[in-house]
Amino acid sequence: MIHAIAQAAAVLATALFIFSLHWMNDPKTARHGVVAGVTGMVIAVGATWIQPEIVHHGWIGLAIVAGFIVGVPLSLVPLTAVPQRTALSHAFGGLAAGLVGSAEYVLGLTENPAQLTTFRTSAIVAEVILGFLTFTGSLMAAGKLQEVKWIPQRPVTYPGQNVVNIGVLALAVALGVLVVLHPAAPWSGQAFYAIVGLAVLFGVLLIIPIGGADMPTVISILNSYAGLSAVAMGFVLNNKLLVTAGALDGSSGLILSIIMCRAMNRSFTNVLFGAFGTVQKTVAIGEQKAWKQETVEGAAQLLEQANLVVVIPGYGMAVAQAQHKVRELYDQLTKRGITVKFAIHPVAGRMPGHMNVLLAEANIPYTALVEMDEINPDMPQCDVALVIGANDVVNPAARYAKGSPIYGMPIIDADKAKTVLAIKRSKNPGFAGIDNELYVQDNTWMLFGDAKAVIGDLVKQLAGGSGLH
Amino acid sequence: MTDYGSMVFVFVLATFIGLGVIRRVSRLLYTPLMSLTNAISAIAVVGSIVVAGADYPTTIRVIGAVALFASMTNIVSGFLITDRMLKMFKKQ
Repeated sequence: MIHAIAQAAAVLATALFIFSLHWMNDPKTARHGVVAGVTGMVIAVGATWIQPEIVHHGWIGLAIVAGFIVGVPLSLVPLTAVPQRTALSHAFGGLAAGLVGSAEYVLGLTENPAQLTTFRTSAIVAEVILGFLTFTGSLMAAGKLQEVKWIPQRPVTYPGQNVVNIGVLALAVALGVLVVLHPAAPWSGQAFYAIVGLAVLFGVLLIIPIGGADMPTVISILNSYAGLSAVAMGFVLNNKLLVTAGALDGSSGLILSIIMCRAMNRSFTNVLFGAFGTVQKTVAIGEQKAWKQETVEGAAQLLEQANLVVVIPGYGMAVAQAQHKVRELYDQLTKRGITVKFAIHPVAGRMPGHMNVLLAEANIPYTALVEMDEINPDMPQCDVALVIGANDVVNPAARYAKGSPIYGMPIIDADKAKTVLAIKRSKNPGFAGIDNELYVQDNTWMLFGDAKAVIGDLVKQLAGGSGLH
Repeated sequence: MTDYGSMVFVFVLATFIGLGVIRRVSRLLYTPLMSLTNAISAIAVVGSIVVAGADYPTTIRVIGAVALFASMTNIVSGFLITDRMLKMFKKQ
């Protein structure tokens, strides 16, 4: 009877999880998704907890309380920090899988070697490798995103790096095969711990050469790994609910990774083994043209006379915390009957969809947020393209400069707008270290300074212009 | 004994359902999608509950409890932050 309850609960939870993701297809219904997800989770946890083999309840209660104590503050981080929170949660997911896999193996080894069948041991090895590499890899990614001091921000590369990385992984897999073939030999325990150690090491090595601009892709790939480690756990524990939920997570990570890679015109292997930041400054613009600087007054006038303004935000907007000032600018312009749209590049920000969340937080209606593919045909009609802290995603070199690290990457056609206003913190090149000829185009005007301050001045100018005169 | 065939079967079907459903997710919502799938895959908590709560040696149960804590953190923070973000998406 009680076992039947568990099975029914698993079916119900599976259905709820699928609905939960289904409702994410529209911002209007998305919040139902959270309710469905929470309901599914409570049902599944409850049905597991009441099973007769669960005899120690205190520890479970304690761990759940501790999860709340850490989880609630983690859900309240500023939205600029959401990428590192996400990376951290991948790390926790990987850790849980790795630990449960290890526990199951040690249990099999010490209590009942007959449980270590070929299939189950393979699943345990896969779970432990995926789990622990996701754990340390995601911790490193979170550290890089949080700009923790002792984790280098810039990609770290050395000769033979890929050989070392693949070697470490291959060694872990080879030991895994040995453990699967001889699950209960006298040396199997040591071999198993070596696998854990190698997976932990591989996670670190994998992320060291990766730079900030690749983070959206890397986070998506780690998401996929975290899901797959949950699937492996499901195989180990013979739990279909776990397999299903893990597969949903894994396929979500996979789709996002593909979208991110396409948006950068790069392959998985190129992201993981290519070290973006190292190939740079190979292409210089033929002749160095000079910037043309615009005053705040001039820029405000340009904006005021426009019919269609397209704002192109990049990570620089988030760094400067300028999104709320952007909202004020949006209000000033829409008040005048000017259409304002936001052109969102898929890899703008530090994780998939990051810009949308930051702009939504600033109360910009989501109907004003437009995907790159949808906005590009409208760019020739755009009177002013306002580039805020974005660089590589508007660099026309991506279209033709073979040999440039961003060659082939789809970009937002800011250069096709009638006028371009670009706000830039300094006169240095962007993340990829490439010059951006958009800035020296005949119809481009630069506004140098902190994005928040510059937009604040623009808002003041526009408010003053309409109010006092 | 475990029916491995049906487990693999479930995995393949679930992956296809996942690909189908996720492909339709609004592009606006990729960040909350990731925190939501994160919270959902923390269903791994059911595995940790068994390891932490069954009649196993103490070391095993300690490992289980740590795993349980990690999954629980993901569930709580994942669902809460997803809802927090989704609340911000307004039409006007």
